[in-house]
Amino acid sequence: MAKKIAVETTLNGEETVFLCEPRQTLLEALRDNLGLIGSKEGCGNGNCGACNVLLDGVLVNSCLVLAPEIEGRSVVTIEGIAEDGQLHPLQQKFLEHASLQCGICTPGFIVSSKALLDDNPSPSEHDVRLWLAGNLCRCTGYDKIVRAVLDVAEGDA
Amino acid sequence: MADTKQNGTGQPAANGQNGYKVIGTRPVRPDGVDKVTGRAVYAADVQMTGLLHGFVLRSPHAHARIRSIDTSKAEALPGVRAVVTADDLPVAEDKIEDLGEGAINLKYLSDNVLAQEKALYHGHAVAGVAAVNPHIAREAAELIEVDYEVLPPVMTVDDALAEDAPILLDTLRTDKMGEIGTEPTNLASFFRHQRGDLDAGFAGAHLVVDRTFRTETVHQGYIEPHAATALHSADGQITIWTSTQGSFAVRGQVCEILKIPVSRLKVVPTEIGGGFGGKINVYVEPVAVVLSEKAGHEPVKIVMSRADVLAATGPTSGSNIRVKIGVDADGKISAALAELYYEAGAYPGSPVGAAANVSLAPYAIDNLQVDGYDIIVNRPRSAAYRAPGGTNVAFAVESVVDELAEKLGMDPAEFRVLNGAKENDRRPDGLQYARIGQIETVEAIRDSEHYQSPLEGKYRGRGIASGYWNNWGGQSSATAVLNPDGSVNLSEASTDIGGSRASIAMQLAEAMDIEYEQVKARVVDTDTVSYNDVTGGSRTTFATGLAAYNLGQQLKKEMKRRLADQWDVALGDVCYEDGVFSAGAESLPFIEAAGLVQRDEPLMASSTVHPQDFGPGFSTQCVDVEVDPETGKITILRYTIAQDVGKAIHPSYVEGQMQGGVAQGIGWAINEEYIYDEEGHLLNASLLDYRMPTALDLPMIETIMVEVPHPAHPYGVRGVGEVNIVPPAGAVANAVYQATGIRMDKLPISPARLLEAMWAKEAESAELVPGDD
Repeated sequence: MAKKIAVETTLNGEETVFLCEPRQTLLEALRDNLGLIGSKEGCGNGNCGACNVLLDGVLVNSCLVLAPEIEGRSVVTIEGIAEDGQLHPLQQKFLEHASLQCGICTPGFIVSSKALLDDNPSPSEHDVRLWLAGNLCRCTGYDKIVRAVLDVAEGDA
Repeated sequence: MADTKQNGTGQPAANGQNGYKVIGTRPVRPDGVDKVTGRAVYAADVQMTGLLHGFVLRSPHAHARIRSIDTSKAEALPGVRAVVTADDLPVAEDKIEDLGEGAINLKYLSDNVLAQEKALYHGHAVAGVAAVNPHIAREAAELIEVDYEVLPPVMTVDDALAEDAPILLDTLRTDKMGEIGTEPTNLASFFRHQRGDLDAGFAGAHLVVDRTFRTETVHQGYIEPHAATALHSADGQITIWTSTQGSFAVRGQVCEILKIPVSRLKVVPTEIGGGFGGKINVYVEPVAVVLSEKAGHEPVKIVMSRADVLAATGPTSGSNIRVKIGVDADGKISAALAELYYEAGAYPGSPVGAAANVSLAPYAIDNLQVDGYDIIVNRPRSAAYRAPGGTNVAFAVESVVDELAEKLGMDPAEFRVLNGAKENDRRPDGLQYARIGQIETVEAIRDSEHYQSPLEGKYRGRGIASGYWNNWGGQSSATAVLNPDGSVNLSEASTDIGGSRASIAMQLAEAMDIEYEQVKARVVDTDTVSYNDVTGGSRTTFATGLAAYNLGQQLKKEMKRRLADQWDVALGDVCYEDGVFSAGAESLPFIEAAGLVQRDEPLMASSTVHPQDFGPGFSTQCVDVEVDPETGKITILRYTIAQDVGKAIHPSYVEGQMQGGVAQGIGWAINEEYIYDEEGHLLNASLLDYRMPTALDLPMIETIMVEVPHPAHPYGVRGVGEVNIVPPAGAVANAVYQATGIRMDKLPISPARLLEAMWAKEAESAELVPGDD
């Protein structure tokens, strides 16, 4: 077994230190080393978006980032989206619009949608569909997901 | 939104209508907050002390005899705790049992979990490893030496039925409607449904269209890979946490494979990240149990990779299909023939039987014949996929129906109304329909704003198609505990994939005339309630909902009985209306009554059901496409689905089922397929190359919920989960014809295939123009 590395990072706003093997992905470290199971592995190679997190505010597939790479950087996962016990408007609208069925892709969609709205508070339907093309959902046909994101965007405007 | 609602009575259907208070509303599901915050526990999320991680080694060959397996180097690797092969499984019996959704030969079931004599597909499991972390498990698996004798692969119907075809299973003999063949074969079974006089029907026809079609293997594509954790307790009990559509189906299969009594095994269903039929068969569960046993009873978790999911689970059958339909001069169908050749994968059991029933089900036909062939090939053992077998055959039938309507000069919707099946008509196997809504779904599309609107522009076209799914009843068990504060704990064992905890709780709330929020629904393990069939066959909201309705009736009745005692009145004098119990001058709201009736004795109810008369579902759909003549790419411009939903308990979740089925059907129609090389290696086992629809590939999907209540359910529920995937491929193909003048006879209608067909048509028409060379 490889020698473990200590990584210092800001995780969902908290200063955090953890140990990981050099070969572990950020996704694996989040789930197995840090107990944050909200980020999901659907493919392990960047095609489904179920593991998406924000790295210094930029949307990334956590399965394609090595855990030691987040040294000194800031990571926000699905567990960091709700603030002060209040659901984020995206989380609330996903519930109201029935935007999830099985729910396995939902954390990734919410993180991705937050990244979109942080950058573009009033996207068109096409903008939403283009941005979310990196997230696969097999249950919903995307209709109710896109409506939820547009609803949040309109609410903010 | 273009959403409208209709029902069979012509009355508008609004939320909470027809006297319902809860049914027809759209509350948030009980598991919703956990799922939007990342707290919901799926199979791969299970953690426990001392957990070992498993990895499964898979065959690199499509067809090979396993001469020997040497695991010594793997066992010697530091961190490895156990290695298993098929030799660690009990010898399986060659007998057939029904353990989930359909009959399974136990030897095939066991051999699929760990290959015994032969590897029958690229990705077939051959050994398992448990180690202290998943990386070491994987490294150890690579040290296992398997000596294979590589055999020629059999990849398609045509390969399998060829004169000198290599034989996959030496003991297999063809079952021709009970008559067992004598020679080794790849044709597992053949059956025929027939009625009327086929020859006379075709002889008297004004017009006959006879076409053949090919559809490729596709995968269910759930985003959560299979995963399971097995734990041995000191008292000999075994627990499995797994992502499954049926905890009892897992219990049954694992107990049969491992030859242990059901009393030793508890299956705990975790949250499930999609199934669509693909999470009924067991794959890693028995391997985790034997690894755990061999590793000194430490718990073992196995999480499949995406590549393994695509290579070794699911998929559904590729098929060759012939459809021949004749019509008289008025457009009435005079005779119909369908021949269905379905690839079962490595072991018998394609969905060809179900496909036969789907084939001509939307039409009233006096003279018909449907032949079904179940054929084994060196692909993964096929699993159910949403209306199993239906999409393939509906693509073929609906293409022929469209061609007939066109040649008759009839509107394709009018053709379907004229020939539409209705009450008392029969589906291909003879089953007689009760009240059904096929024609209503066609009329809903015909009269829709979408169908009535003009579609202009070159390379654009509109198509429609219909589809059928029989749905299912199955067995369900549930219990309800009345709490003294008036809330009810509902325990049921139907794993919830798309919001069924809500739709079942809503039926209990409606039955008891209480608020939805008063019912706390949860999915429990196999030790907690009695046997419960899989979440499949579009049965859960129907059958488990029926159990919930019964629970409500029982609790109400017992509350009345106890109140009659308290108030010293006759039972018949106690009324319950608008959430208030009363008798003469006595009156008590439900919440207070819940406490009063339990002062001396607690109150709970249990219900088991096995409804036989489930209501079939029909759907008709309309799509507008645009074809890019440069690339052959199809863009879906607009899509509308009409579906007979019986009664929508939770309309948002019903719409979600409709939209999801359509999206999967579109993927099947235009992109998804298994691609193999000549040696039978799967070339596209990733979500980049196995191309499922993204948000950018689809428009909003407009839904029309047609409500023709099912007479045998107290609220009129029909299953809604599956029929929506049946028509899309036919509808898209018919739209592509309108756009290009080409009838595509192969699925998927991928850019490459369509472009080639467009070039061929161009070349053909160039030859026909005189002097233009």
